[in-house]
This record gives sequence, C-alpha cells and structure tokens, in this order.
Amino acid sequence: MSTVPAQSPRTHSSSDRATAVHCRGVTKNYGTGNSTVRALRGIDLDVYEGELLMLVGPSGCGKTTLISVIAGVLDRDEGECSVFGKDFSALSSWERTRFRGETIGFVFQSFNLIPTLTIAENVSVPLLLNGVDRKAALQRAKEMLSVVGLGDRVNDTPNRLSGGQQQRVAISRALVHNPRLVVCDEPTSALDHETGHKVMELLRGVAMSGNRALVVVTHDNRIFDFADRIAHMDDGQVDKIVGSAKELYGPNMSAQQA
Amino acid sequence: MIRYALKMLMGDRARYLGILVGVAFASLLITQQGAVFVGLMERTYSFVSDTPAPDLWVVDPDLEHHADSKPMLKQELYRVRGVEGVAWAVPMFKSFTKLRLPDGRRCGCIVIGVDDETLIGAPASISGGSGADLRLADAVLVDEADVSGKLGLTGNLAAALGGRTRLSVGDVLELNDHRAVVAGTFKIQPSFFWDPVIYTTFTRAVSYSPSERKELSFILVKAAPGTDLGALAERIHAATGLKAYTEQGFKRLTAMYILQKTGILINFGIAVALGFIVGTVVAGQTFYNFTMENLKYFGALKALGTSNRQLVRMVLAQAGVVGVLGYGLGVGAASLFGAVLGGTALAFSLPWQLLGISGGAIIVICLLAAALSMRRVLMLEPGIVFRG
Repeated sequence: MSTVPAQSPRTHSSSDRATAVHCRGVTKNYGTGNSTVRALRGIDLDVYEGELLMLVGPSGCGKTTLISVIAGVLDRDEGECSVFGKDFSALSSWERTRFRGETIGFVFQSFNLIPTLTIAENVSVPLLLNGVDRKAALQRAKEMLSVVGLGDRVNDTPNRLSGGQQQRVAISRALVHNPRLVVCDEPTSALDHETGHKVMELLRGVAMSGNRALVVVTHDNRIFDFADRIAHMDDGQVDKIVGSAKELYGPNMSAQQA
Repeated sequence: MIRYALKMLMGDRARYLGILVGVAFASLLITQQGAVFVGLMERTYSFVSDTPAPDLWVVDPDLEHHADSKPMLKQELYRVRGVEGVAWAVPMFKSFTKLRLPDGRRCGCIVIGVDDETLIGAPASISGGSGADLRLADAVLVDEADVSGKLGLTGNLAAALGGRTRLSVGDVLELNDHRAVVAGTFKIQPSFFWDPVIYTTFTRAVSYSPSERKELSFILVKAAPGTDLGALAERIHAATGLKAYTEQGFKRLTAMYILQKTGILINFGIAVALGFIVGTVVAGQTFYNFTMENLKYFGALKALGTSNRQLVRMVLAQAGVVGVLGYGLGVGAASLFGAVLGGTALAFSLPWQLLGISGGAIIVICLLAAALSMRRVLMLEPGIVFRG
C-alpha cells in the first residue's frame, strides 16, 4: 500500500478552509421522454481548498457527469453549483470559457495531448490561452516539465513517451498556469500500479503545494489513500462521504468493490 | 495558437497532403481549363487584334461577328468620312474564296483586302518579303504559320523543287482562277477559324470574289485627336445608320456571339465546374476527416479555455494555408502546362483576371471545407473529453 505524502491536509477540519466547490441539489438528465437518463439526482457536495477529494462509485453512477458540471464543460439542469463563488450558469459563454481557462486545470483519462506538438508546446497551451506570449509560455512549460522529471524530453512529441510520462505531461499542462481547481478523470486507469502511484504522488505533491482543490474521479482503489475525503456515488447521488477507503468498504476492501 | 493549429495540420502528413492535392487539383483544373477557354476566346477575335491602327470599326448594323458576311455599299465609306471627328476612314474587304496551290491542291481561304493606297489594315508583323510589295501586280501576303502546313508544297512539285515544301516569295497561287503571287509572309495570332488567311489590296480582293453590289466589309476609322470615341460612334450611327465599334467592343461582339451560339461556354463551364466540385469534395471531405480525427483535441482545447473565436481562427488558418499552397501549386502547374505547350496549337492565355477568379474559387472551396469542420468544432461540447 502506498504512503500518503506528509503534506496531506487531512488533519485540518473542513470548517478551517474556504470552499472551492459548492454544489446543492444539482440534477442533470440526458435525453427526453421515455429515454431520459437521470445522471445526477440532486447532488450536494462541497470541496475545500487544499483538499483532494476522490469521487468513486460504479460505472454509470454519474461521476464523470458531476466533474463535467463542476468544471463548467456541461450545463446542469437544476440546483446550484459554484466554483470559488462563481456560478457558471450566470456567466456568458465567453466568460465561462475564460474563467475555466484561468481557474481550472484538467487531467484526462486518455491524456488528450496533441500528437503533432512537442510536449513543451502541449504544456504551454493553457498559458497561451491566458495571454502569455509564446516564448515565455514555452519557457514556463519547460520549467514545469523539469518539475515532473521530463526536462530532458521537452522537444519530444507525446507518442515517443510512455503512458506514465504522457500522464506527467498532462499533469504539467493541468498545473502550469496555477489553476485553483484541478479536475482529474481516471488519471491512473491507463497506468500500471507503480506508475499510477508515482503520478498520484506527483499530483498530490505539486497540486497541494498551491493550496489548490483537487477532484479526482477514479475506480482505482490502489490510490484511495491519497484522498483527504472520498465521496461515493451511486445512481446519480452522493450516498457517502468518508475520510478513508476503509470507512467506505471496510478493512477487507477489494478492487471490485471500488 | 495559430502556429499550433498549423502544426496540428502539417503534422498529420497524409491528410495534409490529401487536402493539399484536392485544392491544388481544383486550382489546376479551374486555371488550366479557364486559360484554354480564354485562349480560345482571344482567338475568336484575333483578326481584330491583328489589325493595327483603327479606333473604330464601322460595320453593317446587323453584323453579328467579324467573320459574318454582311457587306455594305462603297458609298458608305464616303458618308463616314464626312462625319465630324473622323480623321480618316479606309475600306476593308473580307471574303471566303477558293484557292489553288502551286502543286494543284485546292482549299478554301479567307481573303482580306486592305486600302490600296495606304495599306492600312495589313498585318503589322511582316516576316518575309515586304508589306509594301502588296502594291506589285497580283501580290498577296500569306500567313507564316501556313507556308509549311496548309499551304505547303507537296507531291511531285515538292520533289521537282528538290524537296522544298515551304511556300515561298514568288510562288504563284490561283485565287478563284485569278493569278496571285506570294510577295511576302506575315505573322498573326493563331485564329479560332481554321481557313488560311491571305492579305492583298482591296481592289484585288474584290476581284477575286464573285461580283456583288455591296463590296465593303468594314470601314476602319481613325478619330481626330481629342475625339471621344463613344460620341463619334453615335454620330456615325446617326449619320449613316451603320454601327461603329471600338476595338474592345468589336472583340466583345464576336466573343459573345461565339459564347451564345456555340457550346463552347457550356463545355468549358462544365470542366471548370467539375474542377470546382471535385476540388470541394476532395478538399472538404479530407479536411472534415482531419477535423473529425482531431475532434477530441479540439474538445480538450475547448475545455482548457479556448474560445469559439480562437477555434474558428485556428480552423480558418488551417484552411487558409492549404488554400494558399494548393492555389499556388495548381496555378504553378497550369502555368507550366501553358509554358510547355505555349508554342503549339494549344490556345492558352492566363490573364490576371483569371488568376483572380481561380483564387476566388479556391477561397470558396476552402471556406466550404472549413465551414463543415467549423460547424462540428463549434457544436462540440467540451465535455466529450471526459467520455474517453
């Protein structure tokens, strides 16, 4: 079992910290009429600054829909949801795009690195979108890649890297512009155990240093120990929020349970 | 981000080349077929272009094109000369006549008769002999392009002359059973019409043709200095009932007749339209496929904070680059085609207006190709990036 890094803020109580994400009664349906799928059925959830919250639950329970709503890439149907006090539904399309670009970092399951750009160029994209000139953005991207141990590969394209290295590039891209919220979708699903563990150490270590909030969707019970809290979802609702995997599944948890 | 958009495009070499080939092919086909069309059109009025000096062509009001035969009475020449603003006016005769070559072969030819005294209307470019030699008895000028071809010597005569096949100065022809002596050769532009052209004096040309009451095909008019040609043309029409055209107007009359009365416009139009359609389909489909392949990356960029406006710019930049390069390649290939085949019978003319038209067509192709892709990118929900 992995060791949770020392800078874990789990010793703090939630009341000590500011709220990064605030959701109340969030619903989201797909389709209409008889084919309507109720993906979210009234989600109440808070995520705090300096916290790494994991969203777990069976496939189809609404985890991905929830982080899409939180990240502002999907509109909710009902309820309230704000990120650092900003409600996406109150923003225009352009303001929402800009706020997302400034405030949120993304780590995708399949990395989504543009294969024809070098990894430095990939990492520089959020900076360019935030108005940093290309030269400075590339310089900052290279520094970020050095932090994740890829300083000597900055001119390589993603397809020359292993899966773990690509995920490190994706993490660099998510963090390079110092976003206050980082959302990660299955960041370790494509990685072996050891690489997944390193990626989580990296995510936790680098991301938490800026007092950011992290929301990680995962099925991978091997990384549960990196969470400050774990929110379990089922059938479009958060049914439990606990401090550890043992509280959720008991002392004999298995991968199938996750 | 534009630079990254172009790297996205060029990094996918197979699709990039596919789009480029589609646009270049369209550009080549539109430009090349357009150039052949323009070349042919220019040939329809080459007779007008090759006739130096006149400001106005005065013709029968019912004349439909320069090869049309609607002669006027010779008195009309004197009436035109009396119109205010006319510096001088000379007659020109044009008819179709039977020609017998020195070796006995016979064919039809176009005989053009120019003013006996001034020789105004004769070709400017004399390549053999002298234009002034037209004043010699029975003298005619023949087209340099025909002396070894249509009018060349063959058979026993060529053998008797030591293998000479070229019609030369001094050779004797028969024009409608009248003696004609080759006094020189001239160079003119290739014509849309295929019959050999022979120049001689007005009086002699009339004598070569069957007798007619009306024997004036055209009146070539020079305007007095400072005279407005449009106003002069109207005065001539008012005074004589004849129609007066500027050089451009007479060319346009002929070209429009050919366009309207023959299938040439439809045939070339179809070829150009095919180039446009094939180019649009190939470029559009390949560009669309390229966008679809990259949709998840566009989705990721959107999630990361790329605005729709930036995405539109990126797609337009990609389309613009393949448009410019494809256009350049197509026009370059068309120009090469023209340069290589320029000395042959091929009609090929590439004026700047045609470059503009094909450039416009390529812009439309690229915009159509980009529009399909842009629609998908703009409709794209950034949430797709979380769906694997």
